[in-house]
Parts: sequence; C-alpha cells; structure tokens
Amino acid sequence: MALKSWKELPIGCVVSDPGSASEYHTGSWRSQRPIWDNAKCIKCGICYVYCPEGCVQQTEDGFFKADLDYCKGCGICSHECWPRAIKMVEEE
Amino acid sequence: MGKRIGMEVAIAVAEAVGLCDIDMAAVYPITPQSHIAEHLSDLVANGEIDAEFVTVESEHSAMSAVIGASGAGARSFTATSSQGLMLMHELLPIASAMRLPICMAIANRAVSGPLNILNDHTDIMPQRDSGWISLFVENGQEAIDLSIQAFKIAEHKDVMLPVCVNIDGFQLTHMVEPFEMPSKEEVEKFLPPFVPHATLHPAKPVTMGAFAMSDYFTEIMKAKNEALKSSKKVILEVWDEWARLFGRAYKPVETYQAEDADVLMLTMGSMGETAQMAIDQLRAKGIKAGLVKLRLWRPFPLAEIKAVLKNVKKLIVTDRAISFGGPGGPVFSEIKSAMYAEARRPLIYNYIYGLGGRDVAVGEFVGMFDKVLADTKNEAADTYEFWGVRE
Ligand code: SF4
Ligand code: SF4
Repeated sequence: MALKSWKELPIGCVVSDPGSASEYHTGSWRSQRPIWDNAKCIKCGICYVYCPEGCVQQTEDGFFKADLDYCKGCGICSHECWPRAIKMVEEE
Repeated sequence: MGKRIGMEVAIAVAEAVGLCDIDMAAVYPITPQSHIAEHLSDLVANGEIDAEFVTVESEHSAMSAVIGASGAGARSFTATSSQGLMLMHELLPIASAMRLPICMAIANRAVSGPLNILNDHTDIMPQRDSGWISLFVENGQEAIDLSIQAFKIAEHKDVMLPVCVNIDGFQLTHMVEPFEMPSKEEVEKFLPPFVPHATLHPAKPVTMGAFAMSDYFTEIMKAKNEALKSSKKVILEVWDEWARLFGRAYKPVETYQAEDADVLMLTMGSMGETAQMAIDQLRAKGIKAGLVKLRLWRPFPLAEIKAVLKNVKKLIVTDRAISFGGPGGPVFSEIKSAMYAEARRPLIYNYIYGLGGRDVAVGEFVGMFDKVLADTKNEAADTYEFWGVRE
C-alpha cells in the first residue's frame, strides 16, 4: 500500500472505512512465533481469550492456532497456557 | 442593532454563547470562570436555550465530554481557568488533531504554586503548542464579539479547529461594563448551522482518533500545522464580515499611535487599555511612543508583526508569564525569533509583569518607556526583567 502524503490525509484522520484495521498486518512485528503442541492441549480456550490481537482461532478438531498475518509474537498465549502447550520459537 | 447594556463580562460571555445555538456545554466551575458556567447552566435550566448542560466532575471530563459531543456533531462549548486548563492539557492536542471545532472561554488566571486565583497568562502559555486557535481580548465588548465569532471561525469547512478566547480573569470577567449585545436575529444571520466534517453515528460508522505509527505521524503533524496556519485566512474573512455587520473591526495585530513611533510596546489582553493611557501621557510630553496589541496568538501573525515592527528602533515586549530558566518571556521569545532574519529590526526589551493579579498602573507603563529610552547604550536590550520586583 502506497503511503499517503500529508495533503492526502482525510480531515482529522477520520477512518471512514469500518474494519479497515484488518488491512494492517501486525504479523510483520513478530520476532517469535507460537507453536502449539496439541498433545498437551486440554482445549480450555485460555489462549483464545488472552490473545490481545484476537488472532487465535479454534479449528474444527477443537484445538487452537494463530493467524500469523496478525500474530505479533507477544507470547501472552504461551505465558497463560497452564499445561504449557504453546512454545515460542525464534522467527528465521 | 443590538441594544446597549451594562453587565458583568462573564455573564455577558455566557449570554453571547447562549445566542449561538449551542447543542451542549460541559463546564466545571473554577474561579474566576465560574460565573460563565453558572449563568450558562441557568440559561439551560430556565429553558432559554435548547441545549444540554453536562455537569462533570473535573475539567478533564469537561474537555472529554465536549470532544465526544463535537465528534457526534454537536456545537459544543466549555470554559475554564488556570488549574482547570492545566487539567485539560492532555486533551487539548487531541481535540485539535481530531479537528473538532470546540469553543472555549478561558478566564486567564495564574497557575499554582503558590495558589493564587488572580489574573495573568501563565495558564494559556503552556497550552501554546496544543494546536488550538488562540485569541486575546481587551475588554467586555471584545469578549462578547469573539465568543460569537469563535464558532464561525472554528466550524468553517477550511478550518475545523478548536478555538479558545482568552479573557483576563477578574480584570475583565468580573467587571461590569457597558456594551452592545448582538440580537438573536443578528447572530442567526451571522452564524450558519454547524456542518461537521464527520459524525459518530451508527448508520455510518467511522473511527475518530485512531492510532498512527511513525510511518504516518509526521504527515499528520504537518497537516495539522498547515490547517492551523491557513486558518488565518478565514479568521480575517470573519473579522471583515463582523466589521460590515456590527461596525467593530478586529485585526490579528492592532496598533495605537504606532505609525511614527520611535519606541513601541507590545501587550496582550486587558493591559492594552492601561498602556494606551500611558501612550497618551508620553505623547503629550512629545515622546513618540506607540502600542502594539497582539490579538491573534495562534496562528501566530508573522507577516503582520513584521510589518508593524519594521520601522521602530526600540520595542518593549510585555509578558504575563515566565519561561523558567528560558531566554525570556514566551511572547518575547516569539517576537524576537519573528524579527531575527529581518534586515531592519528593533532592539527588543522584555518586562515580565502583572503576575498573580499584581496591578500595573499607568505610571508604571510610563516608567517602562522611560527606562528603555534612558538606555542610550542599549545595554538592557535583549534581556528580560521582572518589572517592579522587590530586590
Ligand atoms: S491455553 Fe493451552 S491448553 Fe488451553 S486451549 Fe490454548 S493451547 Fe490448549
Ligand atoms: S503470540 Fe501473542 S499475538 Fe500471537 S497468538 Fe499468542 S497471544 Fe496472540
């Protein structure tokens, strides 16, 4: 997306396109990614609740995974998962 | 024509705002602003104006409430003073960044500490860089006129910025003065309905005050600065229109006996009237003294200041605030920087005076001129002094 010049900004920077925050891929901030070990997962949903990006989704089999377009690698899911099913690993 | 009446200035400001078809006001009482809040809430409670008066628990809430209301498309007003303005400080740049045309009356009062409820400009000066249009008035008539004009300036489609009108606390707010109050019909003719640039409404969802990272922050700051600078064009148009309709002319920089003056003094707010009397006394003695009154503080009227000061040899800048540990009073610093690159510029002297409500009598203004004229070797130029301080 080409960045706008100051002259092209809407007055007061009002965002008139609802939900357009989804165009911003916070996944580009990530230096670590969460890896789920479903063998340890008890499907409690804590990672889903605590993810500040709201990017943890439940899959059809009831386990969880992150949408890496938005996962910023904060590690909160890993910290909160009490059976220690989520490990943070360095991004290449 | 409106009728000529005598009234306390703070009450008259509330009356004037009441003529402007406001949708809401959120004001927290603080001396010496309280009479504005009280009278405006009376007007609402008595059904004289059709508006919401939101009683808030602090000035931070007052400013937050007018930001929300203005965002929803309501013509919104608030008023404050001193510590109240300091408490609003955090929100002032947000209101201007969101380009919300809120209008605010400030009954200027000294900032603590020590606690002092009287007049100076130490409350408005720290708000200088908040992106608001900032105007100063010298008397009650100007306070009324500018309080009404503020809405038209703020809401103009090419401006959309908040405006504050600085009215010296007590010195002006608590004076009973005679003035002409425009009629409801005249104000209706002058002030078109508010057409917001965007509104918060579920039918058309928008986000106001969104987050911005370093990739956009600079552009946003530049856009805001250009908006404030270019608001001057509209301010001048509004003042032209006012002069045509009401016969009272306003300018960003006003002068008195400045044409042929050898030495000029610059004042802001109510001190201008006293200084003017000093000029008359000096002129009677054959001294070519003159006065410059700065009405428009932001956007700073650079071209007008340069034009007025280009031929004068000495200039006295008076400040009613201090920049502690700085190069002088805040007005002095700006005037100096405005004149720095000019081929012809005056020697500039700075007197910090009238702090915490201390009276400055006509004779003291004469004394400032005498002192500057006696400085034949220009030794005190470019320095600042606390006028009348006990050593
Ligand atoms: S917090 Fe851990 S255990 Fe609970 S659902 Fe998420 S991964 Fe599974
Ligand atoms: S690392 Fe942070 S952002 Fe990524 S899924 Fe876990 S909680 Fe969400």
